[in-house]
Amino acid sequence: MADRDFRAVDLAAERGERLLFEKLEFRLSPGQLLQVSGRNGCGKTSLLRILAGLSRPTAGEVYWGDEPIRSVDGGTGTCLGYLGHQNALKEDMTAEENILIAGGLGGDRPERETVLAMLGSLGLAGYEDLPVRFLSQGQKRRVALARLLLQPRALLILDEPYAALDVQVIEVLRGAIEAHLARKGMIIITTHQAVDIDGDCRNLHLG
Amino acid sequence: MFRPLLALLRRDLTLALRRPQDALTVVGFFVVVVALFPLGIGPDPEFLRSLAPGVLWVAALLAVMLSLERLFSDDYRDGTLEQLLLVPEPMGLLVLTKIFAHWLITGLPLVLISPLLAIQLNLRPDEIAILMLALLIGTPILSLIGAIGAALTLGLRGGGVLIALLILPLYAPPLILGAGAVDAVMHGSSAQAHLSLLGAMMVFALFATPWATAAAVRIMLD
Repeated sequence: MADRDFRAVDLAAERGERLLFEKLEFRLSPGQLLQVSGRNGCGKTSLLRILAGLSRPTAGEVYWGDEPIRSVDGGTGTCLGYLGHQNALKEDMTAEENILIAGGLGGDRPERETVLAMLGSLGLAGYEDLPVRFLSQGQKRRVALARLLLQPRALLILDEPYAALDVQVIEVLRGAIEAHLARKGMIIITTHQAVDIDGDCRNLHLG
Repeated sequence: MFRPLLALLRRDLTLALRRPQDALTVVGFFVVVVALFPLGIGPDPEFLRSLAPGVLWVAALLAVMLSLERLFSDDYRDGTLEQLLLVPEPMGLLVLTKIFAHWLITGLPLVLISPLLAIQLNLRPDEIAILMLALLIGTPILSLIGAIGAALTLGLRGGGVLIALLILPLYAPPLILGAGAVDAVMHGSSAQAHLSLLGAMMVFALFATPWATAAAVRIMLD
């Protein structure tokens, strides 16, 4: 799936006047997972936003192959998918519409059957036609995960994906992550829970 | 390359249809403000007629301004704006698409309802035609310029008032030209100069403002 390494070189970030981290370096190769850990407020989310090209680091650069992540040919979104704290769902639209539109925006155009199957596998069968505002927090999170998993991107960046999920869905997500790694994809994840994943896992501890 | 833009346009229009009150309040505001003027300054038809171009234009730009706050704030709050930055299309084009949707929802209804209000203010048919034409060229300028203000005030408390302070001075040129076009016809001369300048302004805004807006969105989300 991915044919290039993902590298962070000499990264530094600050929030307000406070230095969150500096001289941070890592290299992620196809098929590898990086788990970012650390206590609250140590800069996990800031790091992930920098890696996704949404924020600028104070110093350093993130590379996709040899290209800086913010100037990748065709746009950052062609190589990575990002799921932040917010689910990025439109409350007035149904789960299915949300995913189809996100797919249309990303240029992926997923089939309706594929979307329904993915929603079903995340335990949302029967909820496809309900406006998202009627879903619970955990269900919304599942819709956002379904959207991300349906985007064929080499690198997935997940910020606290397990928050508000129940045990069964965590198992499904674990399977999806392992399948993504087996396809030579890359994953960067933050979580407070210990979730053991089969594959080439690295750990990055902040703070 | 246009598929993602069409998807975005369809999304914004669908959302607007599911919440029609947002668009209706803008039109309602426009109608009420214009309707209040005769009550305040008296029913003399000739006097109302001479004030009409200015009243209609000021009401229109206040109505557009009222709607600006929502242009990006909903997407900002639920995180979809962040995801838009990851869409493999130039952010300027995505922003332009959103502005176009915004104009279809707010600007176009103002153009369409303006003849009714113009009759109320005693404008003649040829003047009404020029008024509609001027609004048709002018309201996109209002949306385009306003988008910069909407982007710059993302996530700020009291953003609405700040937009007004930032943007209203920039609305002076379209206001002068738009109201001037109707005035010119009223006094028997041609509106062509005003309309041409207004058109030139729209073309310039069309090319320049989406990139400024996109840059502002990126900065505010950083």
